[in-house]
Amino acid sequence: MVRYPKWKILVIAAVLIVGAALAAVNLIPAERLQTMPAWVSDRQVNLGLDLQGGSHILLQVDTAALIRERMDSVVDAARDVLRGARIPYEGLGATLGEAAVTIRDEARAEEARRLMAESDRDLVVNVGDGGRMTLRLSEEGMRQRQAAAVEQSIEIIRRRIDATGVREPSIQRQGSDRVVVQLPGVDDPERIKALIGKTAKMTFHLVDDQGASGGQAPVGTMLLPMREARGTADAQRRIAVRKRVVVSGENLVDAQPTFQDGDPVVSFRFDTAGGKRFGDITTQNVGKLLAIVLDGEVISAPRIREPILGGSGIITGSFSVAEARDLALLLRAGALPAPLSILEERTVGPALGADSIAAGKVASVVGLILVAVFMVAAYGLFGLFAVAALVMNMILIIAALSLLQATLTLPGIAGIVLTIGMAVDANVLIFEHIREESSLGKPVLSAIEAGFSRALTTIVDSNLTTLFAGLLLYFLGSGPVRGFGVTLSIGIVTSMFTALTVTRLLVATWVNRARPTLLPI
Amino acid sequence: MFRGIRFFPETPRLPFMAWRRAYLIISGILMIASLVSLVGRGLNFGIDFQGGILLEVRMPGPADLGSMRQTLGGLGFGEVSLQEFGSADTVLIRVQKQEGSEDAQQRAVSAVKEALGSAVQYRRVEFVGPQVGAELLRDALYAVAAALLAILVYIWFRFEWQFGVCGVVSLLHDVIATAGIFSVLGYEFNLTIVAAIMTIAGYSINDTVVVFDRVRENLRKYKTMAMPDLIDLSVNQTLSRTILTGTTTLFTLFSLYFLGGEVLRGFSFAMIWGIVIGTYSSVCVAVPLLLFLNVRQSTLAGENAAPATEQQQP
Repeated sequence: MVRYPKWKILVIAAVLIVGAALAAVNLIPAERLQTMPAWVSDRQVNLGLDLQGGSHILLQVDTAALIRERMDSVVDAARDVLRGARIPYEGLGATLGEAAVTIRDEARAEEARRLMAESDRDLVVNVGDGGRMTLRLSEEGMRQRQAAAVEQSIEIIRRRIDATGVREPSIQRQGSDRVVVQLPGVDDPERIKALIGKTAKMTFHLVDDQGASGGQAPVGTMLLPMREARGTADAQRRIAVRKRVVVSGENLVDAQPTFQDGDPVVSFRFDTAGGKRFGDITTQNVGKLLAIVLDGEVISAPRIREPILGGSGIITGSFSVAEARDLALLLRAGALPAPLSILEERTVGPALGADSIAAGKVASVVGLILVAVFMVAAYGLFGLFAVAALVMNMILIIAALSLLQATLTLPGIAGIVLTIGMAVDANVLIFEHIREESSLGKPVLSAIEAGFSRALTTIVDSNLTTLFAGLLLYFLGSGPVRGFGVTLSIGIVTSMFTALTVTRLLVATWVNRARPTLLPI
Repeated sequence: MFRGIRFFPETPRLPFMAWRRAYLIISGILMIASLVSLVGRGLNFGIDFQGGILLEVRMPGPADLGSMRQTLGGLGFGEVSLQEFGSADTVLIRVQKQEGSEDAQQRAVSAVKEALGSAVQYRRVEFVGPQVGAELLRDALYAVAAALLAILVYIWFRFEWQFGVCGVVSLLHDVIATAGIFSVLGYEFNLTIVAAIMTIAGYSINDTVVVFDRVRENLRKYKTMAMPDLIDLSVNQTLSRTILTGTTTLFTLFSLYFLGGEVLRGFSFAMIWGIVIGTYSSVCVAVPLLLFLNVRQSTLAGENAAPATEQQQP
């Protein structure tokens, strides 16, 4: 006790000084920090969205739609393959996850199976009785497709959000088919939600000229609602467009909002291949109607007055300025591979965040003062040592949060406040043991020595069990539970360090200086 | 020199074990009342667990809940509950989860915002879909179960199995009593309350381990002392610490309850209740249970092997 090794003192001092320096970085305003020399750590405590204000949105990629679409293309491919090989068939169709067809000539079923399997490596093809052939996507194929769709969705969401000018959005995958979007500083995410919620799949189709608005869709066409009719008495009006896609949005290289005759419109430009196809089709179909379809709705269907050869054009559709701007943005960013739905949203305004921080600070300071007064009342000088350790503990928690770049949330602040109360436990245990040893008649030095060593196992046992609980909260919990687990775990580790080393060092220094014959406890 | 106030000038000699019938009655009533309420009334789940929409709005002046209720109730989104939140101009609006797809929830959020107009300030808008709510509840249950299991295994490993069982029984006691009070009072039960329950478990086991440690130490020291006396002695020796730590923790929690803001009030309430229950259960549930599980034999059996070998090889 009295002979406290020099190197130990140095290590403790080093930890405290580095900790204090790391914590102090948080006092520098963020803008000033960027102009500071490079050796100054730029890691400040990362405030959660509930403290700084912002929006958290959890999205799910509709993989069922993805598979449905994939099965549709399998059906198309099967038709092409079977026709190409002149194999007669009937009853070709798809349900979710499986397509089926009956080969009329059972003898050729095996040939059909081989051709299909070769045409698409993701397919598992089985032939049953009566020439019935089933086509399923392999597990691996579906998983890959799903993973690719989620990755692509993240990329496109990022492009769309970046275009709105939100600072430092975080867009991450969660689980197999979910995406978490975090938007610091956004307190009204309605526009962003609208932008993310659109698949923005644009295609150009020729309008069928036989039954432009009949009840039954002619063969090879589909009936789609008109956007212009939305909200009017004519809302039920549908237009028959040919299923065949003339050009799709994938061929777009640019889209910009602009004006034509004073009305907001969107101008677009195709890549070379798209431009050529667009030119060919418009040349062959002068005088006909060309439907511009976005997410299953006809935006407009202008008449082709002359061949459009330059590879660029405009989309009209009685837009407002904001609508034209957002449509152009969506077309530039590209279409989502599958629709997204919003599963969860948590938005906190900046005012509530600031209030929470202020309340957290007040609660921490008042809690700290209460505990300090109580500890000094209970243990006198030693209580003061414990309070010094507690203050160092707070500094180390802030340092650790900055260093680890862990996110501090409101429940996290609760964790810190709770740690203030619980951290003195280790010191209370030590001091109680010292009192006990002393009342057994041991001299000052050995009572202190015994108090520290006897309390050690209890401190380790009791803190480790709480640490387990804290770590489990962090790893298994979500949202607020997780944020609380972070600070609780960090607080337990730092409080063990300060209670066992800082208090001990202070007590040892005091013993060496004062050479007490009576315990102040 | 100021030596600090001694709450107990000497080691107290309170006959804890003599009152064990009283603990049985108190804990019995507590458990039965909690379980009956949990089964009968259930918990008032917040949107975290059952899905739904929550908005915290600040009105330009004192809120007129009556007219707001009329406006929002007339939107046709089912049950809308309004509650003043912290001050007269702040209102917490809860809209039940909507039938149909996730889009239906979004439409409800937009419609409520539209009905409130542009003069209000949105402090918080939360929407949890029913699917996510069910998942959050499941994850929370897993987390609590995993924590209890980890604590059981750790104590088993560090002590004897009897200590582990007694520790976990007292933890279950605390968890049920805390969930129970939320059910009885009808307070909202959400994710932060789960975090509180886990912390209570951590605190309570911490408390229990301190007494267990002392029991183990005394078992080695006083090999002939009768078990009830030995347990009494251990509880009394650690009593000062139990009360001191409980007090400092309660100090900070009361500070959080009164000053930490509306959002943390439910959390601090759960913690305050849990610290009281947890402290009680360490002394009055976990330790008395040791009496029934024959700790002495197995603790000594584990200890005897070591000294014997020491004697053989001096």
